[in-house]
Amino acid sequence: MSAPAATAPTRPAPAGRARLSKGTRLGVAFVGIVALLSLVRILSGADDLTSVGAVAAALGLSVPIGMAALGGLWSERAGVVNIGLEGMMIMGTWCAGWAGYQWGPWAGLVAAIVGGAMFGLLHAVATVTFGVDQIISGVAINILGLGVTQYLSSIAFTGVQGGGPTQSPRVSPMPTVSLPLVKTVLEPVADSGVWLISDLANIAIGLTTNVSVITLLAVAAIVGTYYILWRTRFGLRLRSCGENPWAAESLGVRVMRYKYAAVVASGAFAGMGGAYLVIAYAQIYREGQTGGRGYIGLAAMIFGNWRPGGLAMGSGLFGYVDGLQLRQGGTTVHALLLLAAILLLAFAVWSAWRRKRFSAIAGAVSGSLVLAWYLSTSEVPGEVATIAPYVTTLLVLSLASQRLRMPAADGQVYRKGESH
Amino acid sequence: MSGRFSPRRIALTLAAPVLAIIFSLLIASIVLLAVGDSPLVVFQAMLDYGVRPRTMVLTINTATTYYLSAVAVAIGFKMNLFNIGVDGQYRLAAMLAAAVGGAISLPSPLHALVVVLVAMLVGAMWAGIAGVLRAYRGVSEVISTIMLNAIATGVIAYMLRPGRLAVSTQGSNNIGTKPIPESGHVPGFAFVPGTETKVYGFVFLAVLVGVAYWYMLNRTRFGFDLRATGMSESAAVSSGVSVKRMIVTAMLLSGAVAGLVGMPQLLGGSYSYSLDFPAGLGFTGIAIALLGRNNPVGIAFGALLWAFLTNSAQILDLEGVPKEIANIMQGTIVLSVVVAYELVRRYRLREQQQQVGEQVAEEPPTPRTGSDMGAPV
Amino acid sequence: MANRDINIAVQAGHVHAIVGENGAGKSTLMNILYGLIRPDEGTISVEGTTVDLASPSDAIAAGIGMVHQHFKLADNFTVLENIVLGDEPTKGAWVDFGRAKSRINEIADKYGLEVDPEELVENLGVGDRQRVEILKVLYRGARILILDEPTAVLVPQEVDELFDALRDLKSEGLTVIFISHKLDEVLSVADEITVIRRGTTVATVDPSEVTAHDLAELMVGSELPVPELRDSTVTDKPVLTLDGVTVTSPDGRTLLEGLSFTIHSGEILGIAGVEGNGQAELVDAVMGIRPISSGTVLLGDEDITAWATRKVREAGVYAIPEDRTRQGLLLEAPLWENRMLGHQTEVPNAKGPLIDRKGARADTERIVRDYDVRTPSIDIPASALSGGNQQKLIVGREMSGTPKMLVAAHPTRGVDVGAQAAIWDHMRTARANGLAVLLISADLDELIGMSDSLSVILRGRLVADFDPRSVTPQDLGSAMTGATTSAEGAA
Repeated sequence: MSAPAATAPTRPAPAGRARLSKGTRLGVAFVGIVALLSLVRILSGADDLTSVGAVAAALGLSVPIGMAALGGLWSERAGVVNIGLEGMMIMGTWCAGWAGYQWGPWAGLVAAIVGGAMFGLLHAVATVTFGVDQIISGVAINILGLGVTQYLSSIAFTGVQGGGPTQSPRVSPMPTVSLPLVKTVLEPVADSGVWLISDLANIAIGLTTNVSVITLLAVAAIVGTYYILWRTRFGLRLRSCGENPWAAESLGVRVMRYKYAAVVASGAFAGMGGAYLVIAYAQIYREGQTGGRGYIGLAAMIFGNWRPGGLAMGSGLFGYVDGLQLRQGGTTVHALLLLAAILLLAFAVWSAWRRKRFSAIAGAVSGSLVLAWYLSTSEVPGEVATIAPYVTTLLVLSLASQRLRMPAADGQVYRKGESH
Repeated sequence: MSGRFSPRRIALTLAAPVLAIIFSLLIASIVLLAVGDSPLVVFQAMLDYGVRPRTMVLTINTATTYYLSAVAVAIGFKMNLFNIGVDGQYRLAAMLAAAVGGAISLPSPLHALVVVLVAMLVGAMWAGIAGVLRAYRGVSEVISTIMLNAIATGVIAYMLRPGRLAVSTQGSNNIGTKPIPESGHVPGFAFVPGTETKVYGFVFLAVLVGVAYWYMLNRTRFGFDLRATGMSESAAVSSGVSVKRMIVTAMLLSGAVAGLVGMPQLLGGSYSYSLDFPAGLGFTGIAIALLGRNNPVGIAFGALLWAFLTNSAQILDLEGVPKEIANIMQGTIVLSVVVAYELVRRYRLREQQQQVGEQVAEEPPTPRTGSDMGAPV
Repeated sequence: MANRDINIAVQAGHVHAIVGENGAGKSTLMNILYGLIRPDEGTISVEGTTVDLASPSDAIAAGIGMVHQHFKLADNFTVLENIVLGDEPTKGAWVDFGRAKSRINEIADKYGLEVDPEELVENLGVGDRQRVEILKVLYRGARILILDEPTAVLVPQEVDELFDALRDLKSEGLTVIFISHKLDEVLSVADEITVIRRGTTVATVDPSEVTAHDLAELMVGSELPVPELRDSTVTDKPVLTLDGVTVTSPDGRTLLEGLSFTIHSGEILGIAGVEGNGQAELVDAVMGIRPISSGTVLLGDEDITAWATRKVREAGVYAIPEDRTRQGLLLEAPLWENRMLGHQTEVPNAKGPLIDRKGARADTERIVRDYDVRTPSIDIPASALSGGNQQKLIVGREMSGTPKMLVAAHPTRGVDVGAQAAIWDHMRTARANGLAVLLISADLDELIGMSDSLSVILRGRLVADFDPRSVTPQDLGSAMTGATTSAEGAA
């Protein structure tokens, strides 16, 4: 081996030495978070923070966000930025409503997936074949999605009983699944209200009671995505299109095809997310139902560092906040203020210890302000509570964006045969 | 290619939007046929209604707001920033400016001026948040501006309640800010014969903004820096541009112009910000900026076209055709125009490279021996 | 027409070199052999059988493997993933990473090409990456290897190692086709040499019967301008002084350490080094693009250590960037706007806060004339120019006005000989008029010929000083790789 040629000076020590396994670390972190939430629950009296209902809502609402995130992952791993997830999800909701009220929930699910996939195909044609700027195409698709569904709603739903220009008739819900044993065993523990233990029990019950089939499919999709993209040939080749498509091309990989497949898949997943909102959550299609969840999904994907496990966590986080504000909005979000204050002050202390003066001061000031807000009010007004998920998204992205690694060729235009 | 304004060049520039419009008419026809309506009847109805004097005035007025929105977006686009937040920026700006306008009393035109300045300030600050997050924390402005839109909606909903910034209007369910007194109104003028509806006075402001935009971009150093950063951030950094500052400044400017979007309606029509204040103008601005390629003249045409489609489609309800067909046409135009622009761009580049190649072809390449360790092209 | 009537016969077990100038058609030929371009006429046969290469897969199937000049590697993937991509071994539905790993190790051992399959490519140096590229083709059973300018980024010692590896491959019966324009290297390793000129094969020769000069004549045949030594114009007025400059990256790595030197008015300081040893960081530090962690930079008497880039430029320090398309040009903008880049606050480009279009355009015409930039007009976008002409425009721009100091990173990269000589002349004239130049280059001839003093940078430190009048490329090469760190002669 030659003398080290062109390496830059001193490299950081490689990761993965003697540390706890990733699973253990995640488990510890999870318990830590629940412990903190439990503490806040006891201090503020907002029992809904970790109630079974809140957990169930969190799980449920993390599905549309998670499916959007998964769609974003498939697309960006192949190198195509997909801002149009919201439009694809909107299409999904409409198709689910239209097929759902006529032929039942399963038809609605299939229609939503197909509808989303078709919009995904549109995005693929524009960006992969024609090389249009990916963000512009995504924005255009969102505009188109809104317009098309508005138009179709006027035609398809007016005059039908229960429907109107902005909503469909009722759709029967997807069947749900439960593990009643868990509930019977853990319910007394849950009701006890003991710090941490009862909350964990609540979580267990919430995750195993009345879970929609779509949720199960979503979980399968996330797990499946990991296996497909990281363990199969198809997945390696797809990811290579997002890392260095010219390298892939030189080895005989048909880059265009993989990009198409990825973007269409991303539309399908977004559509599935929309289906959940209609079939499992609201049991009706309504205009504006998606509420920006397509974008929140993108944020979850970024937060998850473009990995399935990460985006599941991110979706869970955003879904949780989304669920809280939709339930007893005012009081529970108010309790979140206390949580935020604690986190900010802890951040301030940690920054001070690390000698990062600006962060420490910022953390201390904002933490104190939030704490003051919490103490001086007893609840957060409803309108303000609705913005909790969006504020959370902003905060998470502001703190996390710097340390992430997106696919190397994400967003770049690939043209066949270009010299590089 | 000969001169800069040769007919050929103009034809190429117009090719894309014209193609896009034709394509969208085609798609709309297909959709209408699929549902059983006759495209010709629909288009004829739209055209007839659209050229009526009253509709034309409404078209100009709508186009004024669209134009301002598109310029706001275009400023961001020139820097490769996607300010999707124009929507939240203009609504928040309009509401707060309306509240201020209703609360103070100054002689005109000072009153109106103050309202406009407040709107620009609020818009700039709201966009500035996204700018700072992008410059200093690396947060994608696409996501942050969208989040800020939603947050703005929540803030407006909170503020627009009696007892806070709003007052209830007698005899209706509408809640709005305190109406702005006469001194704050900006009068319109009767421009089109055959109708009493007035054209917004703000149309002049829109023109002014357009001129200022063009001048800033092409004649000032700041504009050069802005365009350079949008074209190649690394080259701009090497040339001395402070990219972080540029990002924040561009977002502030974009937000300030966004703040103007609600002004024609506010100071020329409703005089108060209420629940039914027009929404969604931000997204329209994006579409029009794309259509007009961020060019002040192109945007003007785009705004007029868009406004025409929106207003002339209003008649369709009476014909039993959902007026959202106009939305489909608009959406299709956006998508097809960007595809068309890309095709034209590739064609032009290939032409230019051929030209250069022809010119250089006479020269024989000369060899290099020796131990050259550079990487040749 | 890029290639016309190419006739080459390569024997098995030979190293066959193809030489030609930039633009002679070598790349097109290679792309044809690798299935990226279809020939309009003619045939290709491998071991007697005619083949139709419509895609890289066909080429791979025919036993042809291409090692590209610009590596096609995915940084975020491991060595293993990069090698097996497109031809992954499977166990059922899953990729069999274990089998891939043992296969790679097997091949690596056989041909003496050491790599760690689990290492992320982004952590590898240039020589290692090239090894990965070679393994890529060997893994696919290539019997014929095409190497496209393989030594472009290697130092003399690594070139020797590569040639040893090629001889190993030869002894195993593989055939190597080797494209280069470095005639002395080609003469040392090839069994046969084919010369291509203007898209056609001109001759096939035996290296033992020709000299580099003969080859050059075959390639086109004009005198090589040597940047020869001349009178010293070095004054004792210091223009740029670095004292203990250290630059650390945000994640803690030391990129430059304790750099100290002084460049006087009328002096050219040459910095030799393999790419990636801190040259780019040095340029960024001087120009104010990268923050300096400790140490000072003085311009004359003024401390410019903390100055922003614009201020540095306005003070008369200009730079020819290393990467012209990313740092030196706005590819979509017309030439006259590119003339303003980096100088948009100065005459003739600007008058106060406004741009002076007329002034900029007139000056662009001047640069096009003086520096022989081949273009039909100053309104076409920079992307339409060839690399060499782009470089000429940049050099002309950065030497306009009267800069005090020029930081030139690879100033004649990609430029043909005539223009190279012209650029050297311009630099020499400016130097005689008092310009101080920091010359960073990988062209050893350029460094030795143009510098008044010569230093070597290795891993972010200046490790050796040489006297350009007495140093040899071998000395420089050794110092650049750290084989020797002795200082020879006085600067």
